[in-house]
Amino acid sequence: MNHWIIAPVLLPAVLAAVQTLTMRHHPLLQRVFSLAGVVAVLAVALGLSLHAATGEIEVYELGNWPAPFGIVLVLDRLSALMVLLTAVLGGLVLLYAIGSGWDQRGNNFHPLFQFQLMGIFGAFLTGDAFNLFVFFEVLLIASYGLMIHAGGARRLKAGVQYVIYNLLGSTLFLFALGTLYAVTGTLNMADLAVRAAEIPVEDSALLRVGAILLFLVFAIKAALLPLHFWLPETYAEAPAPVAALFAIMTKVGAYAILRMYTLVFGPDLGATADLIDQMMIYAALITIAAGMIGILGAKRLGRLAAFASIGSMGTLLIAIAGFRPETTAAAIYYMLHSTFAAALLFLVVDLVRERRGEMGGAIQPGPRMAQHGLIAALFFGAAIASAGMPPLSGFIGKLLVLDAMRDMAEVWLIWAVILATSLVAILGFAQAGSIVFWKLAPIPDEPVAEAPAPQPALPIVAVCAMLAVIIALSVLAGPMMGYIEATATQLHAPDGYISAVLGTN
Amino acid sequence: MELLFATAIGLLTAAGIYLVLRLRSFPVIIGISLLTYAVNLFLFGAGRLAINLPPVLRKGVETYTDPLPQALVLTAIVISFGMTAVVVMLALGAYLSGREDSVNMEDSAAPDQENKA
Repeated sequence: MNHWIIAPVLLPAVLAAVQTLTMRHHPLLQRVFSLAGVVAVLAVALGLSLHAATGEIEVYELGNWPAPFGIVLVLDRLSALMVLLTAVLGGLVLLYAIGSGWDQRGNNFHPLFQFQLMGIFGAFLTGDAFNLFVFFEVLLIASYGLMIHAGGARRLKAGVQYVIYNLLGSTLFLFALGTLYAVTGTLNMADLAVRAAEIPVEDSALLRVGAILLFLVFAIKAALLPLHFWLPETYAEAPAPVAALFAIMTKVGAYAILRMYTLVFGPDLGATADLIDQMMIYAALITIAAGMIGILGAKRLGRLAAFASIGSMGTLLIAIAGFRPETTAAAIYYMLHSTFAAALLFLVVDLVRERRGEMGGAIQPGPRMAQHGLIAALFFGAAIASAGMPPLSGFIGKLLVLDAMRDMAEVWLIWAVILATSLVAILGFAQAGSIVFWKLAPIPDEPVAEAPAPQPALPIVAVCAMLAVIIALSVLAGPMMGYIEATATQLHAPDGYISAVLGTN
Repeated sequence: MELLFATAIGLLTAAGIYLVLRLRSFPVIIGISLLTYAVNLFLFGAGRLAINLPPVLRKGVETYTDPLPQALVLTAIVISFGMTAVVVMLALGAYLSGREDSVNMEDSAAPDQENKA
C-alpha cells in the first residue's frame, strides 16, 4: 500500500491544527509554514501524478479494512490530476494572499486555508460516497470561515446566504445517500457500481430517484442553472484570494458528476441511462447564456468575474454531459483552463480594486491607477483567457469542446450557443476594460497631496505566474492531451477501478 | 409503524421547507434544523425499521439490525449541529452589522462596498 496517497489530506490537517495551536500570534511563522506546506503538498501531488500516469489504479485502505467495509482512498489518473491542479492553484493563491496582505486583514486565514485544501484533496481522492459527503462538509466549513474573512456588513450577509444555501445542499446530499443506501446496501462507489448494475430495470425507481437527487447536489456545487443563485454574490463579495481559491470549488461539483456518472450510473447502466444527460445539456446551455450575458450586464468588476466563472462552468458541464471518452477529454482540459482563468480574473480584479481606492470595482471611468499599463495588460490577458480567444488555452479548450460535440444530436444548437455567447463575453470584457482603463475621469482641480503609496510586487508576481500557467497550458496542450485522453479512457472503462477497489482481479 | 415514520419525515420536511422560504434568518435556521431532523430519521429508516434487535454481534442472537445507518446518522447529527452553530453566529453577526435580518441580498444598486476591508 502506497502511504503517500493520504499525505495530501493529512499534511494540511496537521498543519492547520499546529498553526492554530502554536502560532496564532505569529503571522510570519504562519506564512512560512503555510507556504512550506503547500510546496510539500505540491511535491507529493507531482509524485502521485507521475505514479498515476502509469495507468495503475492505487487503492489506500484506511485502517487496513478491505474495500466495501472500510473507507478507501483511490488514486487514478483523474484524481491525481485534480489534486495536482488544486495544489498549483493553492500555491499561487497563497502567494497572492501573502503578497497583498489579505491574510492579515482578519484572524486565522492560514489554518482555514489549509483546512480548505484538505477538504478539496479529500473530495478528489475518496472512493466512498459518504466519505465524499464528509469531505464536502470539511471544505464547506473552511470556506464559510474564509468567505467572511475580514468581515464587513455586505460580506457577512452574502456569507449567511452562502452558508444557508449550502446547508440545504448538504441536507439534499444526505437524502440522496440514504436513498442509495436503502436500495443498494452500500456506499462504497465501486461496490455501488456493482450493486446498481444488478438491480433489474423494473425495480429501479428508487435508484433513479437517488441518482437524480445526487445529481442535484453536485449541480448546486457546480453552479448549474437554475441552482447557481449562491454563486454571484458569494464570489463577488468574498475576499479576492478566497474567490480565486473558490474557482476550484465549482470544479469539485463537476468532478463528482464526472466520477459518479461514469463509474456508478454509467452510460451502460440500463436503469439510469439517458436520465440526466439530456437535462444536463439544456441546463448547461442556459448556464452559458446566463453567465455570458451577466458579463455584459455587470456593473462591478467582482460580479463580472463571478458571471465569467458561471459561463465557464456552463461550457465545462456541456462537455461533461456528452459522457463519451472524447467529450470527457475535452471537459478535463477545459476544467484545467477554466480554473486558472477564473482565479486569474478574480486576482486581477482585486489588483484594480486595491489601486482605485474609493472607486473599488465599479465599472465607471475612474482615476489613473498606479502601474496603470501593467494592470491593464494583465486584465487584457485574463479577459482573453476567460472569453476563450486565441492564443491562450481558453481558445484551445473551447475548440476541443466544439470538436468533441460533433457527433451529438444537438450539435448545431450547442455550437450556436457557445459561439454566440463567446461573442457576448468578448463584448462584455471589452466594454468593461475600455471603461475602466481607457476612459479616465477628468483630473480634479486641486492637486493631489501625497504620491500614491508604493505597491508591493509579490501580488503582481503571483498573478503573472498564474498567467504563465495558462500560457503553459496553451503551449503544452499537445503533450497534456495525451495524458488527458488516457484519463478519459480510464474513466470510461470503470471495470479497472472496480476490480482495483474490490480486489477481484 | 412505517406509515407513522414516513408521515413524521414528510411533516418535518414540509415544515422545514416552509420555514426556509420565509427568508428571515431565524425561521430559516429553524427550518434548516427541522430539515436535518427529517434527514436523520430518513437515514435511520434507510437501514429498514426493526424493533428490539441489537446492532452488534452477540452470542445467541440470530437477527440483527443494520448498524451502518446508525453510524451515518451519528456523523450527520454532529455535522449538522456544528453547522447550525456556525450559521447562528454568522446570522447574528450579519444582523448586528447590517441591522436587518432578511436573507435576501436586496438593494444591489447600493454604493459599491465590495472588498473594502
